[in-house]
Amino acid sequence: MARRNDVRRYPGFLGITLFCLVVLYAPLVVVAVYSFNASPSITLWGGFSFRWYEEVFFGLEAEKFKRAAWNSVTIALMAGGAATVIATAAALGMVRAGRFRGKGASFALLSLPIMAPEIVTAVATLIFFSLIGLTLGYGSILLAHIVFCIPFAYLPIAARLEGIEGAFDEAAQDLYATRWEAFRFILLPLLAPGIVSGFLLAFIISLDDFIITNFVKGAGVETLPTAIFGAVKQGIKPDIMALSTLMLGISIVLVTISYFVGKAGSTRR
Amino acid sequence: MKDGGQADAVELRGVVKRYGAVTALKETSFAIRDNEFFTLLGPSGCGKTTLLRMIAGFEEASAGEIRLYGEDIAALPPNLRPVNTVFQQYALFPHMNVAENVAFGMRMKKVPKPEIERRVAEALALVKLEDFAARRPSQLSGGQQQRVALARALAPGPKVLLLDEPLSALDLKLRQAMRVELKEMQRKSGIAFVFVTHDQEEALTMSDRIAVMSAGEVRQIGDAQKIYEEPADRFVADFIGETNLLEVEVARTGPEGAAIRLAGAEFIAAPRADVKAGEKTVASIRPERITLVAPAGGLTGVLERLVYLGTDWAATIRLDDGRQITARAQNAHGQKLPVGPGERATILIDEGAPRLLPR
Ligand SMILES: Nc1ncnc2c1ncn2[C@@H]1O[C@H](COP(=O)(O)OP(=O)(O)OP(=O)(O)O)[C@@H](O)[C@H]1O
Ligand SMILES: [Mg+2]
Repeated sequence: MARRNDVRRYPGFLGITLFCLVVLYAPLVVVAVYSFNASPSITLWGGFSFRWYEEVFFGLEAEKFKRAAWNSVTIALMAGGAATVIATAAALGMVRAGRFRGKGASFALLSLPIMAPEIVTAVATLIFFSLIGLTLGYGSILLAHIVFCIPFAYLPIAARLEGIEGAFDEAAQDLYATRWEAFRFILLPLLAPGIVSGFLLAFIISLDDFIITNFVKGAGVETLPTAIFGAVKQGIKPDIMALSTLMLGISIVLVTISYFVGKAGSTRR
Repeated sequence: MKDGGQADAVELRGVVKRYGAVTALKETSFAIRDNEFFTLLGPSGCGKTTLLRMIAGFEEASAGEIRLYGEDIAALPPNLRPVNTVFQQYALFPHMNVAENVAFGMRMKKVPKPEIERRVAEALALVKLEDFAARRPSQLSGGQQQRVALARALAPGPKVLLLDEPLSALDLKLRQAMRVELKEMQRKSGIAFVFVTHDQEEALTMSDRIAVMSAGEVRQIGDAQKIYEEPADRFVADFIGETNLLEVEVARTGPEGAAIRLAGAEFIAAPRADVKAGEKTVASIRPERITLVAPAGGLTGVLERLVYLGTDWAATIRLDDGRQITARAQNAHGQKLPVGPGERATILIDEGAPRLLPR
């Protein structure tokens, strides 16, 4: 009976699936493959080589890319870290507050920014920064990243929290733990997989962000995505493909780690 | 305070708990004695957990005083109260093994390591889980987790142990076995246990004294026999065991009891100072104090239904004035009831068995 409703038996299932997969991944595959192209053409295959990767690291624009990469990584580390700390505090507040009116609304409010169109957030952030007279640059990028990373860090932590009843916190305090000790010895270890996974997610989101960064970066300061965009505007060169492939690799690795950390923690319980 | 000057384990003086407009606990005053198994019994939502959580320190009383061996503990946070709790869902720390769980309270109290180890071993021996020290809580059965929770709460040496429906997650057989063990542990530990349950059988079998609660109010406090045989009001009579609640008229009063009239027949009720002849009131009559015999005048009715319950027969009788009562007959000596379903019977009630209740 169940088999009759099996989606795999619907006519055209295979075709549609393949089509979707191709549309989703073909561009990425093309970029990844052509980043190893020996010829400077982006359409003709001229044999395998690492020359575009060498170009990224040692070429004319290497200095610019290195500075941008350094900015990207440090901002992602700090923004991810700060967002994770704030998200953890928010999660902790949710446990300790117990039942309160508007808990559902608070939760929704925290995760809403994920749904808001990024361009709107970008414009709003820029307007806000100029209202308070903030000089645009490294600092403004960092600040904006911390803010938009919070909901991303919060989601895995909150998911983790679902399984941790307030009873653990109370049990710890009942057993002579101060509020800090109850957090340090009980809640933190239980939340840890969620926190790690939240940090990695926030890190990647920050690392990959283009729209908001482009609005608030000011002149002269670049992150990798804005640097790549700048380079592409002068024409697509294969070294951009190499750089993009590197970023894709890092993202895939981090997302995978984040997924497994979150998962490992939940099955151990 | 008791006469000897020794303080009660827990004393509540005019304690009230309000959540906004809801009063979860109306003004309550009573004392839990040293070294006693004290049970809070009542239906869901009557405020048992609320009361327990105020003693533990998780909820603040809206008014009143809570004393622990004479000391006012109202201002102390949970971690500074020498009281431990066995939680309903146990709340065992999933990332620690059994021994670490049991050691946690002592670790937080900064007890020296060797002593912690000794007392963990002792506590695990007490609950017969010596061989499970290295297991995670998730690798234990419900009954074993329950015992770890007990060991964890007892190991730091609290002055009072609080238990919130700790047996409700266990199956019937295990629950019955744990009742005996819990009572035994209370005796061995020599501290007061405050036990919350909505299961009257549980309360009756384990408790030294029981507080029967309803709608945020303590209705009666007494030992099992007292609350069963001398219920203070309709609620207690109805909630504890089975009973017949019947409108009766007081015929005469005297030191040996009050004569009551029920559907024209007279019976002797337990003495009660505050009833007067001619007064209408409610009597509680336990089914097992009622006997059915072949029709012979007195209070009569028709046996409507007879249910076989193994140890007992439960009989439902329709009195001639239309009211219904139930009776229990022990299934002893292979005897049959002298009346069968559909037949008329005379109803005898043990002398002194009816309890007159305030209306
Ligand atoms: N945090 C709270 N906010 C508002 N009302 C509450 C809160 N906690 C408890 N109550 C209310 O107080 C009353 C008593 O609750 P309590 O949990 O003490 O009942 P209980 O006797 O333990 O019931 P159960 O047997 O179902 O556990 C209930 O009406 C409940 O809805
Ligand atoms: Mg309760």
